[in-house]
Amino acid sequence: MRIDGIPASPGYAEGPLFDLDQPPAGYEAKTGAAEEKAALEGAIGRAVGRLAALIETADGDAAGILEFHIAMLEDDALSGPAFAAIGSGQAADAAWRAALDGEIAGYEASDQDYFRARAADLRDIRDQVLRALSEDSAPAPPPGAILYGEDIAPTRFLETDWSKGGGIALKRGSAASHVAMLARSRGVPMVVGLDIPAGPLTGAALLDAERGGIVFSPSPAETETFRQSASSFAGRQGAARTFLTEPAVTKAGTTVRVQVNIAYPSDVDGIDISTCDGVGLMRTEFLFGKTLPDEETQYHAYRKVLEWAGDKPVTIRTVDAGGDKPVPGFTVKETNPFLGLRGIRLSLARRDIFRVQIRALLRAAIHGNLKVMFPMIATPDEYSQAAALFAGEQAALAAQGVAHRLPPLGIMVEVPSVALAPEAFADVAFFSIGSNDLTQYVMAAARDNAAVAHLNSIRHPAVLRLIAAVAAFGQEKGIPVSLCGDAGGDPAAIPALLEAGLRDLSVAPAQLAMAKAAIADVPV
Amino acid sequence: MSASAEATVLITHAVGLHARPSVKFTKLAKSFAAEVEVAVAANGPWFDAKSIVKVMAAKAPKGTMLHIRAKGDGAAQAVKALVDLVQRDFDEDADHARSA
Repeated sequence: MRIDGIPASPGYAEGPLFDLDQPPAGYEAKTGAAEEKAALEGAIGRAVGRLAALIETADGDAAGILEFHIAMLEDDALSGPAFAAIGSGQAADAAWRAALDGEIAGYEASDQDYFRARAADLRDIRDQVLRALSEDSAPAPPPGAILYGEDIAPTRFLETDWSKGGGIALKRGSAASHVAMLARSRGVPMVVGLDIPAGPLTGAALLDAERGGIVFSPSPAETETFRQSASSFAGRQGAARTFLTEPAVTKAGTTVRVQVNIAYPSDVDGIDISTCDGVGLMRTEFLFGKTLPDEETQYHAYRKVLEWAGDKPVTIRTVDAGGDKPVPGFTVKETNPFLGLRGIRLSLARRDIFRVQIRALLRAAIHGNLKVMFPMIATPDEYSQAAALFAGEQAALAAQGVAHRLPPLGIMVEVPSVALAPEAFADVAFFSIGSNDLTQYVMAAARDNAAVAHLNSIRHPAVLRLIAAVAAFGQEKGIPVSLCGDAGGDPAAIPALLEAGLRDLSVAPAQLAMAKAAIADVPV
Repeated sequence: MSASAEATVLITHAVGLHARPSVKFTKLAKSFAAEVEVAVAANGPWFDAKSIVKVMAAKAPKGTMLHIRAKGDGAAQAVKALVDLVQRDFDEDADHARSA
């Protein structure tokens, strides 16, 4: 029986099941309020002592989490309501549980993922003290076990010996939890959001934390398939480690620049800048969520990424709303949005909103090596209008004495008119091929329609011929050409892209190592 | 002595005033004798900046304008030190950039 869930830390684990949700032993009530208070004080002290001992062996991330737990436990504001309840006659365990459950409910009600994920930390803090009260220690799982249950406490993760393998399968949990972060950094496979049936489960299970799923009572055929996937994953991980830290070079010794695509400023927190040649595409749609972003918010988001990249280039794309990415208060409802008011067309139609983004970009440019590109350009006039807006805002900032710099301005090549007649764009600073949109427009097959997915292939000769034409034009005129669509990180497409003349690809951070490995196999 | 000080600062740290940043924030606040409070709106509610439980309860994500006020000995120094800490992203970039 296979149950699907959400991968929180990639990998594979095969092993015996271990139930995380075994209740702690009961607490024996004391004879009076003073004794109950003393019992709770002692239990909090023992829990803090245990955490302090764990910190001794923890690395940076884990130590930070444990310090947070200790700071919470040592704060009278957390235990105050529990001591007050004991004063009015409650037992220590019930008083502590009620006080903490109130805090936990507050966290669970938050509309922010990050804040909601802290509820797991509060439950951990609650249970550590409850265990200390009943002087109970949690049973240890057997080596290599798959731990399953509602959720897992960070301390439980840190106390578990992962050296013999094993994994985590949770009904709830979150990829944003502290445990998920720890699991990723230690390579422990973890899947969350699994609809695991109630009741005790026994025997072995197969945890697939690459696609996200668990198989209970597997058949020999399921086990065989699973082991092949696990071995293939291990092989790819090994190759990734070898290639990730090296520059990308083909079999013939040709150097290829490999940059990364990011969607959120925080994406760069998980990337070592020395493993890539910069940011080939920073999307800015994330800023345009429920409300339109102000200039300060945008400026700080751009600045963070520029400072992270240092001297390496960061190519920021002006907002590409519309199409399959509607924004309330900005985009318009259309019957055929992929062919409608999206990308630069929308920005030029809503100049009040576009100018805010332009000012934030001009100001952020002084903090690094910024390049800016416009999405969905179809005619040279659109580029000229956008460039004129940059010049206008630049003059306004200069008049106000605000520090700024005009970055090189380039265009996305995704509308076939640009790829067919690139000579009209000889004065742009650079081209970046958006292969997803270019392919869908050349093949007249919507990206979001599975029924025509078979038509959406970048390796169709018509698409590759256009890419080769743009690469040749760029080379002739000295205009840099890169590609930032999904194809750039697809090992099956990379040989054709390099043969078409591209030497600059931008890929999802998770594909960086695989893309470099695929490049090394290409004979050009 | 009735020294008092007040300031606002934009939170730019990716996760806001949560977990690890709040540990650093409250530790620093506790190093001053002055009474220190924080709020996410100019008219409050105000939370005790020396209590991590209260600071977490302020739920201040990235992009929040954090209001800080202090009263008593070293009020100005306390507000300045806390504003600096928030502006330095809680000193997390250097020791946190390569994790997660």
